[in-house]
Amino acid sequence: MAKFVRKGKNEGSPSINTSSLPDIVFMILMFFMVSTSMRKTERMVSVKLPVASEIAKLERKDLSSYIYIGKPTEQYQSQFGTDARIQLNDSFKSVGDIGDFIAAERENLSEGDRQFMTVSLNIDKDTRMGIVTDVKQELRRCSALKIMYVANQQYKKY
Amino acid sequence: MASNKKKTPEINGGSMADISFLMLIFFLMVTTMDHEKGIARRLPPMPNKDQKAEDMKVNRRNILEVKISSGDRIFAGGEYLSDASQLDEIVINFFTNPNNSDKLPSFKTKNIEGFGECRVSEGVISLQNDRATHYDIYLRVQNALVRAINTLRDNFAMQNWGKKYEDLDDAHQKIVRKAVPQSISESEPVNVGKK
Repeated sequence: MAKFVRKGKNEGSPSINTSSLPDIVFMILMFFMVSTSMRKTERMVSVKLPVASEIAKLERKDLSSYIYIGKPTEQYQSQFGTDARIQLNDSFKSVGDIGDFIAAERENLSEGDRQFMTVSLNIDKDTRMGIVTDVKQELRRCSALKIMYVANQQYKKY
Repeated sequence: MASNKKKTPEINGGSMADISFLMLIFFLMVTTMDHEKGIARRLPPMPNKDQKAEDMKVNRRNILEVKISSGDRIFAGGEYLSDASQLDEIVINFFTNPNNSDKLPSFKTKNIEGFGECRVSEGVISLQNDRATHYDIYLRVQNALVRAINTLRDNFAMQNWGKKYEDLDDAHQKIVRKAVPQSISESEPVNVGKK
């Protein structure tokens, strides 16, 4: 009987010690700071990447330039339609502008690094190959031959 | 009076969590996890204008035609495939030519620096797609081709050094790359409607 009496006295659950909460949150913060990078450009096309199993890591991030191809995002659809478009830097461009874009990117690199320049193609998986081929032809024309089809890792089924 | 204030008052750390949460949310907003992985390829250089695009005379048996139609159907080695994963077997069979069939590519004995004589398949994969092919399927086929060649490279490396291709050092990898070349050529896509 004494047991019950004691319990009655200790009413109210003890408060949880939250003094380590800042440490935990700082840890998460550090994780995000290390594993992510600053958003360079605003994405104006929606890109759902395809999956592939035989993927390699990009060797030098600083030597790569990015081309995005996909449907314009909703806010731009009234202006640019829903067909796949090319995004270079911060605006919609046509295939003909790729030459200038590559030349400008190349200019930014030091002379020794220019031959290692890689063009990362971020292409939505529902894009038709027509536009992709045009881009590839244009890249060949300005001899930016190293390309990378960016894809998500597909894990092998065992 | 001064002697009473010897100890500095403790700083209230209760708001620390809030501050760090704010910073966390800031970082979540302004940064991206980027996908810096993919299939690396090298485009062939543009042929010079004055030098005519000479048709490489390649023996019929040395070409494996892989086509993707506008309806995303894959056609390889004379038959339609239901899935890109079936390509592996065809490509591996094509390059190894286990029965020395005269329909499959011939071999040339090459002298590879640092390794010696080696039988190298002369086969070339010709990949053609339609302008209306979906990129997803195209990449899946590319992936399957690369996967098949990687398997062959692994086999070659296993046979000679008992290691996988990835685990070899640079010099050996170079030898493997020469012995098992990644010969994929892409022709201009055909247009919609035309067969």
